[in-house]
Amino acid sequence: MIQLTINGLEVSVEEGMTVLEAARFFGFPIPTLCHMDGLNPYGACRLCVVEIGEGPGAKLVSSCTYPVEEGLRIRTTSSRVLKARKMILELLLASCPQSKTIQDLASAHAINQQRFRQEYEDCILCGRCVRMCEEQMAAKAIGFRGRGEKRSLGTPFDKNSEVCRQCGACIYVCPACELRCTSTTPEQAICGGCQNISPPCIEKEMFHDTMCYMDPCVACEIKKD
Amino acid sequence: MERLQSIQEFGQFQERLRAERKASMTTLVIPAGTCGQASGANGLVRIAKRELLGRKLTDRIQLRITGCHGFCEMEPSVLIEPQGTFYPKVDLSGMVRIIDAVARGQVVQDLLFVDSVSGTAIERQAEIPFFKKQVRALLSRNERVDPIRIHDYIENRGYATMARVLAEMKPEQVVGEVKASGLRGRGGAGFPTGLKWEMLAKQPNHREKFIICNADEGDPGAYMDRSVLEGNPHSIIEGMIIGAYATGATRGVLYVRNEYPLAIKHLIIALRQARELGLLGHHILGTDFSFDMDLVRGAGAFVCGEETALIRSIEGKMGEPRQRPPYPVQKGIDGKPTIVNNVETWANIPLLFELGAEKFTQVGSKKNAGTKIFSLVGKIKNTGLVEVPMGMTIGEIVYGIGGGPSTSAPIKAVQTGGPSGGCIPASKFDLPIDYESLKESGSIMGSGGMIVMDENTCMIDVARYFMKFLKDESCGKCFTCRKGTQRMYEILDDIAMGRGTLVQLDLLEELASIVNDTTMCALGQTAPNPVLSTLRYFREEYLEHIEHQRCPAHVCKALITYSVNEKCTGCGLCRRSCPSEAITGEKKELHQIDTSKCTKCGLCRSVCKFDAVTVI
Repeated sequence: MIQLTINGLEVSVEEGMTVLEAARFFGFPIPTLCHMDGLNPYGACRLCVVEIGEGPGAKLVSSCTYPVEEGLRIRTTSSRVLKARKMILELLLASCPQSKTIQDLASAHAINQQRFRQEYEDCILCGRCVRMCEEQMAAKAIGFRGRGEKRSLGTPFDKNSEVCRQCGACIYVCPACELRCTSTTPEQAICGGCQNISPPCIEKEMFHDTMCYMDPCVACEIKKD
Repeated sequence: MERLQSIQEFGQFQERLRAERKASMTTLVIPAGTCGQASGANGLVRIAKRELLGRKLTDRIQLRITGCHGFCEMEPSVLIEPQGTFYPKVDLSGMVRIIDAVARGQVVQDLLFVDSVSGTAIERQAEIPFFKKQVRALLSRNERVDPIRIHDYIENRGYATMARVLAEMKPEQVVGEVKASGLRGRGGAGFPTGLKWEMLAKQPNHREKFIICNADEGDPGAYMDRSVLEGNPHSIIEGMIIGAYATGATRGVLYVRNEYPLAIKHLIIALRQARELGLLGHHILGTDFSFDMDLVRGAGAFVCGEETALIRSIEGKMGEPRQRPPYPVQKGIDGKPTIVNNVETWANIPLLFELGAEKFTQVGSKKNAGTKIFSLVGKIKNTGLVEVPMGMTIGEIVYGIGGGPSTSAPIKAVQTGGPSGGCIPASKFDLPIDYESLKESGSIMGSGGMIVMDENTCMIDVARYFMKFLKDESCGKCFTCRKGTQRMYEILDDIAMGRGTLVQLDLLEELASIVNDTTMCALGQTAPNPVLSTLRYFREEYLEHIEHQRCPAHVCKALITYSVNEKCTGCGLCRRSCPSEAITGEKKELHQIDTSKCTKCGLCRSVCKFDAVTVI
């Protein structure tokens, strides 16, 4: 068993777990996009970044790929992490605004506008479909090609695949293949913008850059006296 | 060649070669690395062979074709040994005259190097300021060996260090010596090499352990590694054999970028010759130690210089970095312990053991031992490769060795570290070149590129150029790197086109710090450096572009206008040269530029003899 600290809480986890698994096990929410239970972690979307270490050596790492280490000090909601998540969501909205998953994530973090030139792409290259096809469906029909801007998804040389069994798993797991919010009435709206989760306030003494989601919270009320 | 069966036999072989060597015989040394060949060195070689054979001078004069010596601005050049006479920019007829003079023991006065400051001719290479102020521990060796003749290398005490290490030292002692020397990796990050080797040595002895030579030199404008790969491939092989012995590595990989065909050719020949002689392969020189290496070619991706992407590339997969931990030293090629070191680091190893750790630390500065080769390029008089001790100031390199600006425009800044680095303004040229100082000032050492810029360089254009490079070279896996570099480029492009706003400038800074924070590999983490460092020191230029739609350096095409001024004599040369037919005018009358057709290529300004084209 490995001892480490998450958001000030000292916990004991099994070796081989990732930081994401450990944090979620103890109830600390971390947003993800390219992660999917059952698939190998990939670390492409960067939404799951958490801050590890303290002082000048502190850095952000993707929690889905980082293995737990003895003595690790993790913070899932420091201001650095929050700033990063907000910018990533802005960038996501700037590229793929029509995806419900992305819209939900954005509104959950109080983002409702983005400052970049608007694009309408239908793929965010999260790799879920690639990993699903290879790891769960054992077909390996699609993959990444190209580099940087020109990175894309498809079959080898865009030829019709002989190994694709048309199982539809790739469509099933795709976060971008979903509809935009379709209604103004809350019952029919599907974007979830009404929910607004901000992060918890543990370690408020040590780190003055976190916010509380339970407003008003008992601890804050007590301090007011 | 006969395989050498023992260290003793090697020693005897070396002594015999040294005794037979005609050290005092006059030698024509012609640097013919890629830079030399591009300048015309092959023609000089041809003439030299023709003259020496035709005039039956081969018993008195030798010819040695080598790799790059470093003074690329003056190539094709010829060096005469043992006198040390240096002839710059030699043409074919000049070559004939030089050989003639050498045969008669004379010097061709009018072909000698002329120092631009004093105006006098300097005969000996060692006296030329460009060479004098350097500490050419590695580059000077390029002069003494023909890279495809292993005998040259052995004659110059090559492989003797390896033989001594194998005979007299234990692996732990070898690691200890490297640690004591304080040698830091020359690939850019500056990680202590001794520590890296110790970590690999400590890995429980697997059936396989790998050491890799990272020769994927991808920084634009950097070619230091190329000069060592082409000019002295055996120094790398020797270094790697010593490294394998120290760490218990069983196999080596030379990962060379495909765009270096001459380096690949020379390495293949060098490997073959080393194996033939028994210096590489099973039971090296009859000892229990066996080690061999393969050459793997890159496929044109800058990101494959990153160690985890490099390892994936070697494994035959797409070059994408992965999260560390686990570090390659624990899980590298095929999950086996692996370390990656840069070409220059490996080349420093035989030197280190020859001098001993203590003497090695005497060059350079505290915590930054040894020399570093920089490729000094840009608006500088003496373009080339310079090898200086760590700790020398930027000013000394740029003015003392580089000779100052190549035109009348004063030098504004120096860009170090390639696309991952930053710009350092002229006001900070008293900064010493070491890992810490450069990092503090917003740049990095990187692999050693040093681009000199003058006031005709637009810093936004520079930032945009590097951002475009990184945007194209990003592997694309991390969302923030792929989109971040793309969006940063978009904003920089907007600013360069005069469409930028102050809001975008703030957004740029914000985005830059997020990209730095959240990406997985060093490409993304250092991608914002060019932007952040130019913003830090040259913010006024950004503001000029945004607030006044002006490019002070007259570079950004959307913001400048070309026009003809009153100095025009109506000669019509510009009119005839213009590729867009944008200039009209009668003979002997003031010409005019139609700005709607003008593409701002600058051709008119460069052909005009009367300085009559103004750019505002």
